[in-house]
Amino acid sequence: MTITADAKGADIVGPDPAFLDVRDLVVHFPTDDGLVRSVDGLSFSVERGRTLGIVGESGSGKSVTSQAIMGLHNGTKAKLGGEILLEGRDILSLSDSDMRKLRGQQVAMIFQDPLSSLHPFYTIGAQIVEAYRVHNDVSKAAAKSRAIDMLDRVGIPNAAKRFDDYPHQFSGGMRQRAMIAMALVCDPSLIIADEPTTALDVTVQAQILELMLDIQREFNSAIIIITHDLGVVAEIADDVVVMYGGRCVETGDVREVFYGAEMPYTWGLLRSMPRLDRERKGRLDPIPGTPPSLINLPKGCVFAPRCTFKDKVEVGALCRTERPDLELIEGGHAVRCHIPHEERHRMWVEEIRPAL
Amino acid sequence: MFRYIVRRLIGAAFVVLIISLVTFGLQWLAFHVGGSPAYLFLGKAPSPEQVAAFEKQWGLDQPFYIQYLTYIKGIVFGRVLGDGSPGSEQVCSAPCLGYSFQYHETVTQLIKDAFPVTLSLTIGAAIIWLVSGVSIGVLSALKKGSIADRSAMVVALAGVSLPVYFTGLILLYVFVYTLHWFPPPKYTEFTENPFLWAQNLILPWITIAFGTAALYARFTRANMLETLNEDYIRTATSKGLPRRTVIGKHALRSALTPVLTIFGMDVGLLLGGAILTEKTFSLPGLGYLTVNAIARSDFQVVLGITILAAIFIVVANLLVDVLYGVVDPRVRYE
Repeated sequence: MTITADAKGADIVGPDPAFLDVRDLVVHFPTDDGLVRSVDGLSFSVERGRTLGIVGESGSGKSVTSQAIMGLHNGTKAKLGGEILLEGRDILSLSDSDMRKLRGQQVAMIFQDPLSSLHPFYTIGAQIVEAYRVHNDVSKAAAKSRAIDMLDRVGIPNAAKRFDDYPHQFSGGMRQRAMIAMALVCDPSLIIADEPTTALDVTVQAQILELMLDIQREFNSAIIIITHDLGVVAEIADDVVVMYGGRCVETGDVREVFYGAEMPYTWGLLRSMPRLDRERKGRLDPIPGTPPSLINLPKGCVFAPRCTFKDKVEVGALCRTERPDLELIEGGHAVRCHIPHEERHRMWVEEIRPAL
Repeated sequence: MFRYIVRRLIGAAFVVLIISLVTFGLQWLAFHVGGSPAYLFLGKAPSPEQVAAFEKQWGLDQPFYIQYLTYIKGIVFGRVLGDGSPGSEQVCSAPCLGYSFQYHETVTQLIKDAFPVTLSLTIGAAIIWLVSGVSIGVLSALKKGSIADRSAMVVALAGVSLPVYFTGLILLYVFVYTLHWFPPPKYTEFTENPFLWAQNLILPWITIAFGTAALYARFTRANMLETLNEDYIRTATSKGLPRRTVIGKHALRSALTPVLTIFGMDVGLLLGGAILTEKTFSLPGLGYLTVNAIARSDFQVVLGITILAAIFIVVANLLVDVLYGVVDPRVRYE
């Protein structure tokens, strides 16, 4: 059965809000050059204990989305629309002080570069204690022992001793662990990790991902992981949202999307990923062109200018003139593409998958 | 840390020594090319014999290196001025910076008299420019693009562009000679009457502070804007900290650290004398003394003040570097 979701995408998320329910999120930035449509009608949901991966190129709107959930656009020129429901409560309509209480307490964020994301002038311990005490009315000593517990929990050896070290005295992996300890210190139910492993060595990446999964099992938290690394998503996520030009172009269970990808952009992402477990067949196959300007989005399908399939199908003309809707194909798997489902499926099975 | 300071102090002493050598050389050159200080001391048209006797008395007939070594020895141990003939001796205890033939007084004594004026000027001006410059800079950064920010930056641009003697003269004209809010400035010792002291110094303070505060406002604003874009500020916000903590604790500390550096340098520089301001307001400080000494070819005074100013700047540099290590844990000295 095929259901066509309307442009608002509300049909997909349904009426009963999930733990985190983002509905038709819009984030626009007015600039001198015009309106930057960073996120335009994005919907997704995450339940507790589940991990959602948001994948896309730079400028696809993934970080802007995470900042919207953290309320970090408050007080900027950004124009927000839609709803972000956390346990049924709309974050976007919260007052500044209510939003502040939410940050760090219920929603915590792990940033990409732990060196620049930690204050260079304060010790790791002081920064964690500060994060704890802003939401918990406890003594300094209690906060300190809590912080040391957390450092120990994320696998920092000699936690009590390293408490007084400054960020620059930590190695990259240890810094990211400290960052995670800081994010977790108030037991947040939702953790947003914005490219948490990008700045780390490959060997350390796996450890950090493992740690995040561990913590999720322990605290039953919901995790949103934002990345451009499909490998990370494959390893850690349950569901995936592929973003392009501020929109979701394909979403679903991570297995369905990776083993049954139907959107030409997702194909492009998969094809541009190096494979070590296969014989080398030649050069990697990058997606031609560059991401669209978010000020002047293409008229038809946002991906059409870079899509190498639009000329191979009958609907090609439609791709240049009309925005495709996000079309639900099976389970939670939805695709935004004009090419008919059967045709896409045939292409994936016959052309794309064998070439990966 | 201790070893670092000792090493820096030795380096600083070396720098001051080089500066003293160069300045002493210039003074020696001025004497040999420009004319003997005897004319300054002895008055109009002395006889050649008088000049020769004078030069012998002050050791000016000695070779350059002897004169220089005598001078340095005087700074360290003190010395007796004159050739030893009765009536010519004058004890000049350490640090002996030479003798002014214009004022018939040791340079050390002249500096002792003038320094409190310059110190008063520096302290007041430094407080005004630091407080106003930094607060305007921070507020401007927080209200970037607002009318207040733009007007503050226009005034700051004027402050940076206007020379001190212009600002000073305008202030004198308006507040002293037109509005009569202040009497014509006349330096009063702080210990004598603190109120008069401040009243007489307020215009010179503002004169110096205006230009420097403008510079600090622009500098602080730029630093603050840069800091507010740092990732760790976003982290602080994400932790749920109130905005005043994010700004007051996390942002301000980073934004003000570079300000500390230039503040130390500026204070060190100013302690050597604010020539234009002191001259404009007739304040008998080191700057005023310097100008008069240069005008009258009183080179021992110029020499002494130059060495003192060099010491201030070198020490200010050292202090700033050490303080930086305290403020920024990434800077640690071995």
